[in-house]
Amino acid sequence: MKFTKLLATAAVAMGLATTAMAEKTKVGFIYVGPVGDGGWTYEHDQGRKAVVEAFGDDVETVYQENVPEGADAERAITQMALQGADLIFTTSFGYMDPTINVAKKFPNVKFEHATGYKTAENVSVYSARFYEGRAVQGHIAGKMTESNIIGYIASFPIPEVIRGINSAYIHAKKVNPDVQFKIIWAYTWFDPAKEADAAKALIEQGADVILQHTDSTAPQAAAQAAGNVITFGQASDMAEYAPFPRVSSIIDNWGPYYVARTKAVMDGTWETANTWDGIGPGMVGIGEISDHVPADVKAEAMDMVAKLASGEYHAFTGPINKQDGTPWLAEGETADDGTLAGMNFYVEGIEGSIPN
Amino acid sequence: MDLSAISPTLLIASLMVAATPLLLAAIGELVVEKAGVLNLGVEGMMIVGAVCGFAVSVETGSPYLGILAAMAGGAILSMLFAFLTQFALANQVASGLALTLFGLGLSALMGQSYVGIKPPAMGTVDIPVLSDLPVVGPILFGHDIVLYMGLGLTAAVWATLKFTRAGLILRAVGENHEAAHALGYHVVRVRILAILFGGACAGLGGAYISLIRVPQWTEGMTAGIGWIALALVVFASWKPWRVLLGAYLFGGINVLQLNLQAAGIAIPVEYLAMSPYLITILVLVILSADKSAAPASLGRPFHASH
Amino acid sequence: MIQLERRPQPSRFWSFFTPVVAVIVTMIAGGLLFAALGKNPIEAIRTIFYDPLFGEFSFYYRPQLLVKGGPLILIAIGLSLGFRAGIWNIGAEGQYILGAICGAAVGLAFYPTESVFIFPLMIIAGLLGGMAWAMIPALLKVKFGTNEILVSLMLVYVAEQLLASMSLGLLRNPEGHGFPGSRNFQSYESGHNAELIAGTGLHWGLAAAFIAVILAYVLLNKHILGFNIRLTGEAPRAARFGGVNPTRLIVLCMGISGALAGMAGLFEVSGPSGQISIDFNVGYGFTAIIVAFLGRLHPIGILLAGLLMALTYIGGEIAQANLGLPAAAIQVFQGMLLFFLLALDLLSNFRIRFAAKGAV
Repeated sequence: MKFTKLLATAAVAMGLATTAMAEKTKVGFIYVGPVGDGGWTYEHDQGRKAVVEAFGDDVETVYQENVPEGADAERAITQMALQGADLIFTTSFGYMDPTINVAKKFPNVKFEHATGYKTAENVSVYSARFYEGRAVQGHIAGKMTESNIIGYIASFPIPEVIRGINSAYIHAKKVNPDVQFKIIWAYTWFDPAKEADAAKALIEQGADVILQHTDSTAPQAAAQAAGNVITFGQASDMAEYAPFPRVSSIIDNWGPYYVARTKAVMDGTWETANTWDGIGPGMVGIGEISDHVPADVKAEAMDMVAKLASGEYHAFTGPINKQDGTPWLAEGETADDGTLAGMNFYVEGIEGSIPN
Repeated sequence: MDLSAISPTLLIASLMVAATPLLLAAIGELVVEKAGVLNLGVEGMMIVGAVCGFAVSVETGSPYLGILAAMAGGAILSMLFAFLTQFALANQVASGLALTLFGLGLSALMGQSYVGIKPPAMGTVDIPVLSDLPVVGPILFGHDIVLYMGLGLTAAVWATLKFTRAGLILRAVGENHEAAHALGYHVVRVRILAILFGGACAGLGGAYISLIRVPQWTEGMTAGIGWIALALVVFASWKPWRVLLGAYLFGGINVLQLNLQAAGIAIPVEYLAMSPYLITILVLVILSADKSAAPASLGRPFHASH
Repeated sequence: MIQLERRPQPSRFWSFFTPVVAVIVTMIAGGLLFAALGKNPIEAIRTIFYDPLFGEFSFYYRPQLLVKGGPLILIAIGLSLGFRAGIWNIGAEGQYILGAICGAAVGLAFYPTESVFIFPLMIIAGLLGGMAWAMIPALLKVKFGTNEILVSLMLVYVAEQLLASMSLGLLRNPEGHGFPGSRNFQSYESGHNAELIAGTGLHWGLAAAFIAVILAYVLLNKHILGFNIRLTGEAPRAARFGGVNPTRLIVLCMGISGALAGMAGLFEVSGPSGQISIDFNVGYGFTAIIVAFLGRLHPIGILLAGLLMALTYIGGEIAQANLGLPAAAIQVFQGMLLFFLLALDLLSNFRIRFAAKGAV
């Protein structure tokens, strides 16, 4: 294991060098898209900027964008560790195995992997409970729809996306028993032209609310053109479409977490953690609910946000049946994180099936 | 499951919109290929057009100036390709691929400060009475001006190739450049003009995405439409009206699959997404029987040795 | 007025010298670009070209150059044979994907059995998968005269859809919490294309690439098939009179290039990449076309061109992380390098004369 030793020695040497040098903490970020994508990667980069803002000259941040998942990711992460990073955030699910591999070679560097499930001595995972935001969206959507048809642009059939659909549906249904979800699987996270087409197809089929789990503003523009359709910002606030069609949004707010974890490394208190934060700790932000939403609906939504934040209310609270009618959660029972993390079924009432 | 939710009128109207960037890029590439040049850099030219059009219309507030800028941007980028293949006699396949790589990078650099901005809107051409007609109104009279430009361009290219002397020269150059040269035509000049035209069309197609269809600017937003345009030219067997038909078909398959999904019909999305390419291969095989379809000099370099 | 005169034989001097000139010109143009972006141009150029080879952490980057260059070289060698004979397989990306899917499928079918036979079986499956995908345009060309450029390109898109379908369906890791992507071969010993000597980056794919370079060299210089390939490319009519069977040549060239691309895909999926996923392919198949031309379709040239491409990738990544250069600037830089290399190739094939105007 000559090579591993070499790497470790280099890392230690670099670590010593950095400690000697005014103790600047170096934080690295690996991004899957360009920082200019206006969505997922853009928000992670906002988080990086929050770290710079919080610690000023005490930190140095580096990032690499457009890193393909797989072999290239492993090299990018290794290279950051070699260059003396103390803490590295890898911000896409596909970086899971590369992160674990590199972490083995650099025991003194801390790693944080977003949305994965594999931890190690020096690897934490973190993710956000976006489904809490979906619950709020569902509520507003259910109240405001006149056609009772809600369009949903889904990306890939994975638990994260399915959770969002279920959460939105449950809360829309609760306030509007006649509501119907029309779901389009776009098979992309980001393809503006296709998202625009999907939004149009949904609108033409009568949807007057569009929920999206893809990252571009194309659906917002399509809704604006249609004139009587409301939307919600996804990943970032998309405030340029407020107050209408965009009536609220789910914002990925990584800043507080990144700042806290950087602080922990500086203080030497960093420990492996499995973080799944929601509205409460601020990882999921609810963008301002615009005045296009009637005051009473807005008040109810704000109330729900407060209860979700305090933990008084869980977005998946029974009774809830699965799509085929089999019971899932009994009256008052709340979903456990394990089931949520691997969610692969629709709840009762949603039409259609999950493709695979 | 509710097929009646799909309105055929709206479906046709929106597939026309979805098809327009494809149509514009493909009609340009058709002219390039008719002149005997294979430019695989369509994706690169489209995205540069998309960013040029976006930037200029945001800065000037005029979507029309933006459209002009997009055409200029695409054409300028294609000049690089023209230089490489016509003067430096570099391989066309490699040059086209390099052009796409370069264009994607360049557009991302140029567009850095335009992320998250809304461009000025381009209105639809509203003709009183006509636009309000049922069925034909939304299909024929409710669109933006660029969509009509696409249709007009198709007709113009068809007419030029078929009836004019310029079209004859272009085809002669593409079929047999040695013979065209012997007849005294400037092979290289004709090809450069064709390449520039192709670049301008691709740029316009890109701007249609960033200014009208989406509208926003983000890196890599053309997401492979340039490559589909290449397939489309072949599918159309280098005939302008078939390009139009093919663009509607390719755009239509996508719009239709989204509509079917929304109507609650489970469809294997990946396999449907393959179908345009498989159909194109099938068309290619059928066409191979007809040797006249592909320009005979396609992809071959020309150098006047005397 | 400038006149170009075709050389009877490509100039040896310029064949070697133009790449050097192109790299230098790119350094200058790229330096200007980086300066315009507010970075120190000399530092940026040094980071891209010098640091991976001789910098502080070159012990890590040098092996990585091989990891990145390996698949490029392996694919480009296969392509160059066809390109020399005027057979244009530009769908190597699709053959690469199919090789990975077929090879991985065989490996995963045996999971979790451990046996020394599994990896060789995977290689064969990858090779056959890539070859079969290349046979489609080959046979269509032979049977119907269909244009192989276009068919092979179309099949890339089909392969990409197939890849998405496989990572979400058939090959999805049953223990992957519902996420797309297959099991990781790095944790399945029998199917893992591990480093042959730890720390060198040398894995079976790279060994295959080196062997391919040598075999291609021997084939082109010593074997009748190589002679036929060169003859067909340089003088197709003479080749036909000389008894070269074009059908056989097309099938052979397409088959070899497909097989090598398929193998490259298999080595990548079972080694550095580790798993089948939606974004498994990162464009090696297309970049290899450029590498083949940069290497002037010559085995040794391809070896060097592949390493040069790898250098710009890895140096570019370092420049991103250390100097904060945007990824797009690196892409533009690579594009410029290709342009200059392609443009200057003129010098090796043509003689430039400055003639008086009017004289023809």
